[in-house]
Amino acid sequence: MGSYLVRRFLLMVLTLFGMSVLIFVMLRLVPGNIADILVDASGSDPKEKARIARELGIDRPIAEQYVSWISGLSRGDLGFAYVSERPAIEEIAPRIPISAKLAGMAVLISVLLGVPFGVISAVRQNSGLDYFLRVISLSGLSLPSFWLGLLVLMASVHWFGTIPIYDSNPHSFLEEVGMLALPAMTVGFRSSALIMRLTRSSMLEVLRQDYVRTARSKGASNNSVNYEHALRNALLPVVTIIGIEAAFLVGGLIVTETVFNIPGVARFLVEAILWRDYPIVQNLVMLIAFVVVMVNFLVDMAYMALDPRIKYAE
Amino acid sequence: MRMRLALVAASCAAFVTAASPVFAQKAGGTLRMSHRDNPPSASIHEESTISVNQPFMAVFNNLVFFDAKEKVNSPDHIVPELAESWSYNPDQTQLTFKLRQGVKWHDGKPFTSADVKCTWDSLSDHAPEGKSLVRKNPRKLWYSNLKEVKTNGDFEVTFVLGRPQPSFLTMLAGGYSPVYSCHVPDRVMRSKPIGTGPFKVEDFKRNESIKLVKNPDYWKKGQPYLDAIEWKIVPNRSTRLLGFQSGEFDMTFDSDVTFPLLKDVKAAKPDAVCEARPTNVSSNLLVNRDKEPFNNPDIRKAMVLALDLKAFNDILFQGHALDGAAMLPPPAGFWGMPKEMLPTLLGHSPDRKKNLAEAQELMKKAGYGPDKPLKIKIATRNIAIYRDPAVILIDQLKQIYIEGELETIDTTVWYTKIQRGDYQVGMNLTGVGIDDPDVNFYENYYSTSDRNYSRYKNPEVDKLIDAQSAEQDRDKRKKMVWQIEKILADDVARPIMNYGVANTCWDPKVKGILLQVNSIYNGWRFEDAWLDK
Repeated sequence: MGSYLVRRFLLMVLTLFGMSVLIFVMLRLVPGNIADILVDASGSDPKEKARIARELGIDRPIAEQYVSWISGLSRGDLGFAYVSERPAIEEIAPRIPISAKLAGMAVLISVLLGVPFGVISAVRQNSGLDYFLRVISLSGLSLPSFWLGLLVLMASVHWFGTIPIYDSNPHSFLEEVGMLALPAMTVGFRSSALIMRLTRSSMLEVLRQDYVRTARSKGASNNSVNYEHALRNALLPVVTIIGIEAAFLVGGLIVTETVFNIPGVARFLVEAILWRDYPIVQNLVMLIAFVVVMVNFLVDMAYMALDPRIKYAE
Repeated sequence: MRMRLALVAASCAAFVTAASPVFAQKAGGTLRMSHRDNPPSASIHEESTISVNQPFMAVFNNLVFFDAKEKVNSPDHIVPELAESWSYNPDQTQLTFKLRQGVKWHDGKPFTSADVKCTWDSLSDHAPEGKSLVRKNPRKLWYSNLKEVKTNGDFEVTFVLGRPQPSFLTMLAGGYSPVYSCHVPDRVMRSKPIGTGPFKVEDFKRNESIKLVKNPDYWKKGQPYLDAIEWKIVPNRSTRLLGFQSGEFDMTFDSDVTFPLLKDVKAAKPDAVCEARPTNVSSNLLVNRDKEPFNNPDIRKAMVLALDLKAFNDILFQGHALDGAAMLPPPAGFWGMPKEMLPTLLGHSPDRKKNLAEAQELMKKAGYGPDKPLKIKIATRNIAIYRDPAVILIDQLKQIYIEGELETIDTTVWYTKIQRGDYQVGMNLTGVGIDDPDVNFYENYYSTSDRNYSRYKNPEVDKLIDAQSAEQDRDKRKKMVWQIEKILADDVARPIMNYGVANTCWDPKVKGILLQVNSIYNGWRFEDAWLDK
């Protein structure tokens, strides 16, 4: 177990290093840099462009820029955002909790809806309820989130005469939950559909296993068979998908953040890419990569808890 | 006795009538506005977008200003602001301003002539190394005739011009010409600017909000009326408009409501006050005359003759857009050629059949026809207001054997690409900050301008542009402008499809808003705005 953890940790470091190189190089392969964008939109002046490039340090050799970024990262210095001219950490840090809360709420909603409905759908296979839940889940997968988001906003205006406009200084916890509830539900609906379908198919497979039949023949109750014996084993692929969804949601909420006007990481990342604001893009993508790697690690750990048969070789 | 009573009553009535505009405004409240995108910075001098002007103009003052009570920006409607008066020397090459005394910057420091000098030294590239108040300077061209700014004591300043230029004062009156302070570094001006205007910047949260609060020491006593203005940055237009309909916002972003959307807004909020006005933003065709086969004037001419301007207007603006030449047409525009002259311009003739036949003949003469179409790429910026006319253009060019393929370009590299001439044909939108020929012609049509994207070079036009710029007689200047407009149209310099018209809406409780009709960039001081709550 100990050596497994060390191996995993080293692999994580290697993955993050590879990501950092990839992000750094790819960003600079995209045509145009911020000096071009700033100056060319209003007439080109090579002198001005060169001065801006010098000020921002983007005229230095690419390797030197990379080393400077990585050494800064190791000291906790994320560099200076080109557009806002503030330390990148001051720009990024306030947005992380916003996206994290939204993603957390969305995952919670998706698990709370997806897993129980998936189990019910499997246990009552081919019943009216099963068909109903499958149709609902299909709609969750097929409705584009920007459209669903707009529908939710229109409904909110129609029924409540208001829409949740994000305020970074909510007066209470409840107000904050209220602001994030609709977007979280919109995102959570799609994820819950995915989780529900996976839970259902996984449960159906497990319910046909010999040990489940044995448990039933020994007189175990339906609830005991379904929830103690079957669900625990059926959850393995579901946990994987929950992990992937959670990691995706931290940086992949661009549409939701735009429609619901939430100043989170994803919207900020897209804008930073458009402006070629390298320090912001590099650090945000690294953050997202880190979250993905960590979540994968946690998912692997969760496997052990769910299935004691899984042992990580020494 | 009766006589005396009548006299008293009449006096009271006269007093009430005269005083009512003053007493009518109610002080207090926060005006909540939606904003369409994240302003690149808060420094007006460094940017060229309404996204910066609309929220941040209220932080500053100009030396002179277009009268906020007049719909049309014109040389006749210029009023003093930080300057109390102005005068020219006899040969019209020195413009002297007497400055207002007792004005303070938001940080309490006094405003003096040194601030004016710092500002225009920076804008005309005369600032000493490292002392410039701007990092980039998109309107350097405006001040190419400015030789020097001289101060005479703390409250007098003289602009020394290379030659007479009547438009110089006009350019100082627009929203793009605020006075900056010497003592505030450019970095601060981009994030939390300090001005002398009616509102101070309390907070500018990127991607989120902008909050301005009342300047209690504003030099116009009793103004502004509002306590604060709050802008929420909402990039999605549907969300912005739903926010307005639900009462989250008191006012939409400028020109945010297109005609198809207007119907929805009015249906959901019938009491909304919505006003349509020309934006002075033209849709125009860029034909790169340095690239084959567009170096052939016949092909350029054929392309213009193939344009169905009415179709552009009907499809994109439900017929509300304005037909015009290089300058915004009257009555909204002050300088544009009269309506009756327009049909004489290439491509503006109402006889579409004849135009099309002539265009087809020209294409055949150039070696193209139904069996041998000219295949081209039509570049445009990858946003809807650019893409939509480009698609219509492609459709119309098919009729003259030109097969266009849409090439959408990311906003961030669009200007770089067209400036380098890295395109064949482009669909472009051009906004003019001030309705003045100097601003428009020097930027977009002068041979040496970086923004002369179609690479149009005509020494005769350059001479005419210089001549109209120096002309003191306004009527004579107008006629010269119309002559230039005609040459530009006939030379296919940058054919204009139309001038957009769009709506801005606000809640009926918002008062004191007056939209000016020949520029969207100039009327956003908000010092007269108030809430009738």
